[in-house]
Amino acid sequence: MQRYILSRLIQSLLILLGVLLIVFFMLQLTGDPVSLMVSRNASPEQVQRVREEMGFNRPMMVQFADFMTGAVVGDFGMSLRHRQPAMKLILERLPATVELATVALLMAMVIGIPLGLLGGSNPGGFWDTLCRLAGLIGQTIPNFWLALILIVFFSVGLGWFPTFGRETCTVFGIHLPTRSVILPAFALCLFTTGQLVRFTRAAVLEIKNEDYVRTAYSKGIGDRQIYTRHILRNAAIPLISIIGVQFGYLLSGSIYIETIFSWPGIGNLLAEAIGNRDFALVQAIAFFASLTVVILNLLTDIAYGLADPRIRYGD
Amino acid sequence: MSTILSVRDLTLRFHTFDGVVHALNGISFDVQAGETLAIVGESGSGKSVTMMSLLHLLPMPPARIARGEALFYTNGTPTDLLKMSRADMHRVRGAQIGYIFQDALSALNPVMTVGRQIGESLVMHLGMDAETARKRAIDLLDDVGIPGARARYRNYPHQFSGGMRQRAMIAIAIACNPRMVIADEPTTALDVTVQAQIVELAKRIQRERGMTVVWITHDLGVVAGIADRVLVMYAGCPVEIAPVDDLYDHPQHPYTRGLLSALPRLDDRSRRDLASIQGAPPDMMASPRHCQFAWRCPYVFDRCWKAVPPYYPAGKGHATQCFYDLENGRPRTDA
Ligand SMILES: Nc1ncnc2c1ncn2[C@@H]1O[C@H](COP(=O)(O)OP(=O)(O)OP(=O)(O)O)[C@@H](O)[C@H]1O
Ligand SMILES: [Mg+2]
Repeated sequence: MQRYILSRLIQSLLILLGVLLIVFFMLQLTGDPVSLMVSRNASPEQVQRVREEMGFNRPMMVQFADFMTGAVVGDFGMSLRHRQPAMKLILERLPATVELATVALLMAMVIGIPLGLLGGSNPGGFWDTLCRLAGLIGQTIPNFWLALILIVFFSVGLGWFPTFGRETCTVFGIHLPTRSVILPAFALCLFTTGQLVRFTRAAVLEIKNEDYVRTAYSKGIGDRQIYTRHILRNAAIPLISIIGVQFGYLLSGSIYIETIFSWPGIGNLLAEAIGNRDFALVQAIAFFASLTVVILNLLTDIAYGLADPRIRYGD
Repeated sequence: MSTILSVRDLTLRFHTFDGVVHALNGISFDVQAGETLAIVGESGSGKSVTMMSLLHLLPMPPARIARGEALFYTNGTPTDLLKMSRADMHRVRGAQIGYIFQDALSALNPVMTVGRQIGESLVMHLGMDAETARKRAIDLLDDVGIPGARARYRNYPHQFSGGMRQRAMIAIAIACNPRMVIADEPTTALDVTVQAQIVELAKRIQRERGMTVVWITHDLGVVAGIADRVLVMYAGCPVEIAPVDDLYDHPQHPYTRGLLSALPRLDDRSRRDLASIQGAPPDMMASPRHCQFAWRCPYVFDRCWKAVPPYYPAGKGHATQCFYDLENGRPRTDA
C-alpha cells in the first residue's frame, strides 16, 4: 500500500508539472499577450510600457523560470483587474464553490446510488425504468436550462428559495449553508446523478451474477443483506473512482450555474476573468482546477486501495 | 437407512434468446441419509444444474422448472424443495443443505474476510452474536485444517492458497451443521496432491458429523474412493444409478462402460491407447424423443430411436435407462 501511494504521488507531481507547462505556454500561444491586454487604440509606447511592466520583454526562459518559481509557492502574479494576488482571489471564492460542490455531490449520491441499486436489482421493473430515465435526463438535459426552470418555478413562482446569491448562517464561527444552496446544487448535480445511477445500476447487474453472490445465497443470506453487504460493497469499488472524478469536476466550479445564480464561487470568478482578459487570474484558476483534480485523483486512488483488499494487501 | 432426498422427474429448461435448452430431462434419484452419492457425467451433462435447481440457485429466468418434485425429508416429513417459498428456502440453504462450489476463488467474496464469510451464516441461522460467531468460525477454520486459524480469520480470500480457499469453502458449507452437503466438483481446480487432501478432509468431516453428501464430479477415479452409490448423467438424462462396486464391476449402460474403459488402470500391462467414446454429446435445443446416447452408442438398434428408455432394474439398487441388456448381450425383451 505504501509503495502504491508513493507511486501515485510521484505521478501526480509529474502531472502538475505538465499542467504548469501548458498553462504557461497557453498564454504565449495567443501571440503577443500584451496586445490583448491593452485597449485597442493604445499607442505603441503605452504597449511597450505595459510589456515592460509585465516582464514580457524578457527572454522566454527567464519568464518561464520566473513563472515556475512563483507557481510553486502559489504566486501567479497580480490580477490585472482587481490589483490583488490571483491566488488570494481564488482562496476567497473557494468556500462558496466547495459548499456548492459538496452539497451537489451529496445530492447526487443520495439520489443516484439507491436508485441505481433498486434498478439493477430488478431489471425491467418500475425502478429500473425510472433509473434509465434518470440516467438519460441527467446526461441530456443542459443544467443551465434546468437552473432557469427551477428559478422560475420554485423561486419566482413558489417563493421557496432565493432567486440568486449565497447566504450562510454562522454557528460558532463556522459558516453553514442555507437553503440558498439547494437550487444551484440540484441543477449542478444533474449530470453527476445521471452518471451515478448508470454506473451503480451497471455494477449491480454485473455483480449480482458473480459466483460469490450465489455462494452468499447458498448460505441462506436474505436479499437485503445480499445487496447491502455483498453487492453494494463490491460495487463501491468502481463507484469510488466515478465519485472522485465527478467531485473534481464539481469543485473546479461551474461557470454556468454560478453565473446564473450569481454564486460567488470560482466559476463565477473565471467567467469574470475571461471577460476582463485577466490573464494572471485565468492562469491561476486553470492551475487551481487542475490541482484540485489531481489531488482528488490521488485521494480516490487511496480510497480505492482501502476499499479493495486485493490492492491494500497486494505487492 | 432412511431417505433424505427424493427427486422425481425433474425437468428443467433454459429459455434463452437462441432457443430452449433442455438441460434436465426427467431426473429421478433418491439420496439416503448418511450416504455419499456421486453424480458423474461429462461437462454440460447437467450435474450442477440438478443440484442448484433444488436450492433455487439458478437464475430464473432463463431457468424454468417444467415439472418434477424434490422431496426433502425432515423427521420423516417431506417438503417439496421446488415449491418452497423464498423465505422458507432461505431457512433451508446453509442450515439444512450446504453447498461447496467448484472454483473457490470466484465463489468467495473478494472484499470480505474469510472469517466473516464463515460467520455470516452462523449469525443468520443460529442467531449467534458476533463474538461467538467469530470463535466458532476460528474453530471451523481449524477443523478444516487451516494452520494458524486465529490469524487466518482476518485474511481475505486472495491471501489464501487454492487448497486453503477450498478448505474455507468447506468450512462455510458445514458451518451450521447442515444435514446434507452438496460438493460441486470441489477438487477440479486443484492439483493432484491437494485434491487427495480435500477428499480426505471431506470424508473425515462426513464421518465425524454424520452428514449426507452429494459429490459432483466428472472424475470416476475420485468416485471409487468416496462414494457409496453413483448416478451417471448424460445430456440431462440419468442413464444409470448403482452402488459403486456394482457400477465398476457390472456397468449396465454403454455410456458408463465407455467412461470406465476410458479410465487408466495401473494393473493394465498392455500398451494400448485409452479408449475414448466416439462422437460428441447431442445439442440440447430439442426435447429428447429417444435415447440421447443413440448417436454414439455401439449397441444402438431400431428401438433406441423410437422412445426414451425408462429405468430398468439391473440388480440390487441398480437401474439403467437402456433398451440393450449389456450383461446378456441382447436387446431387452419387455413390452
Ligand atoms: N444460465 C444458463 N443459460 C443457458 N443454459 C445454461 C445455463 N446454465 C447452464 N446451462 C446449460 O445447462 C446444461 C447443464 O449445465 P451444468 O452446469 O449442469 O453442467 P455440468 O454437468 O455441471 O458440467 P461441468 O462439469 O462443466 O460443471 C449445459 O448444457 C449448459 O449449457
Ligand atoms: Mg458443473
